[in-house]
Amino acid sequence: MQISMTINGTDVTREIEPRVLLVHFIRDDLRLTGTHWGCDTSNCGTCVVLMDGQPVKSCTVLAAMADGHTITTVEGLANGTTLDPVQQGFMEEHGLQCGFCTPGMMLTARALLDYNPHPEPLEIREAISGQICRCTGYATIVRSIQWAAEHPAGAAPETTTSESTEHEVHA
Amino acid sequence: MHRAKYESGGAQLLLVLWSTLTATVAGSKLRHDSVAQRRAVPWKLLSEEKPVQIPAPFDYVRASSVDNALALLDRHGAESRVVAGGHSLLPMMKLRLARPDWLIDINDLYELDYLLVDGPVLRIGAMTRHTTLLQSGDVRRLFPIICDAERVIADPIVRNRGTIGGSLCQADPAEDLSTVCHVLEAVAVVRGPAGERMLSMAEFHRGPYETAVAQNELLIEVRVPIRAGSSSAYEKVERRVGDWAVAAAGASVTLGADGTISEVAVGLTAVGLERNVTEVEAVLVGQTPDETLFVEAGRLAALACDPLADQRGPIDYKRHLADELTRRVLRVACSRAAASVSDITI
Repeated sequence: MQISMTINGTDVTREIEPRVLLVHFIRDDLRLTGTHWGCDTSNCGTCVVLMDGQPVKSCTVLAAMADGHTITTVEGLANGTTLDPVQQGFMEEHGLQCGFCTPGMMLTARALLDYNPHPEPLEIREAISGQICRCTGYATIVRSIQWAAEHPAGAAPETTTSESTEHEVHA
Repeated sequence: MHRAKYESGGAQLLLVLWSTLTATVAGSKLRHDSVAQRRAVPWKLLSEEKPVQIPAPFDYVRASSVDNALALLDRHGAESRVVAGGHSLLPMMKLRLARPDWLIDINDLYELDYLLVDGPVLRIGAMTRHTTLLQSGDVRRLFPIICDAERVIADPIVRNRGTIGGSLCQADPAEDLSTVCHVLEAVAVVRGPAGERMLSMAEFHRGPYETAVAQNELLIEVRVPIRAGSSSAYEKVERRVGDWAVAAAGASVTLGADGTISEVAVGLTAVGLERNVTEVEAVLVGQTPDETLFVEAGRLAALACDPLADQRGPIDYKRHLADELTRRVLRVACSRAAASVSDITI
């Protein structure tokens, strides 16, 4: 079947099998490997992407179900070379260790801040409660999201984006 | 015991299968770990003969309206399944516990995504997402039990996809909204080729994973009666966010003008009781809410339930939870009802 969706601002159309999961479509067909594939049981949350602005676990959504919708992956967070405040926050507050949960955590954080620009620490913890950091670095993740809430304009745009780093790894 | 596989909400069964399967898949991934190979046919590499984490092939169709969904169900018959949020069905399809030939996606049925206070009834469209229910002021005011339960259903991200209709139709024994709807005496509106049927929860919910919704029917609405002087509460014990309940309890209480309990309903989740704990009614109705009554109700609930030992705990622990949680939800429901009697008139 043919599906079309807007992903990180770009319209894509592909021929797929109906059983392809959104996470595999994003990683394997579109080669956007910033979205990670973890538990595959909607427990770990590393595959989180935004679907029409809402975080969803892309291992439990069919690519066909995203047909006609707008998807944002971690590659779509930065605006050109300017990091999203959430990405900046994860740098400032050391919000990642191994980095496996980071794409999902940052997208959930983005959606949280879009909905609630000034979350309490408890609200942040609740928002990411469906995601697992295997390094158990939750305290710094919460602080990173708080940093982003306190710096809605981010910081000086002189760092490179995570997008380019991601592509280098898989080049 | 046949019921054993149901008791933990299927999750235990799923997990056991899962650990076997992921080991298999990890093995097959290791054999294909060159980047070039993975790029060529990444997920397709996973061998078809082995159970893998991709659903078996099926045809997919999106319904454009309720009538269209019913026509599609009629056309594709017994081998078709409706998918809403998909967070129960898709994992089952990955594990081959479900293997439909046709998947009918009803996520475009925005006509079923609504919350409507309609006179003495709250009407909830079947496609209303958990997140919507959790965030609704009307729901919080009228039926705090729904908010209590929604707050602990899966996790916030899963709640963005999951729907009330999907939860009720899945009828998992550890599923919270079935208990909530039993307690609130909700009515399920089911539409099929012959028209609409209105079912009480006792009629609708036949047991673990089984409802009265026929293959060619669709649950379209849940109607919850609004009662003056009434309030409710729900509490669950789970090992971690997103896990199935070890046990949970819900209560709805209506207080009369004199402050005595005129109506009460208590329900339990995940402890082998697919109905309300009717035994508590005789003890509570006509009485002024009081701690000794709650203790007695908790004792009766623990006796009425029939839990099984599993990885979430032994039987005596689950009975203890049924007892303790029944006391707590009655305590909270009564105090909320007392506050609503003094605050507002519906």
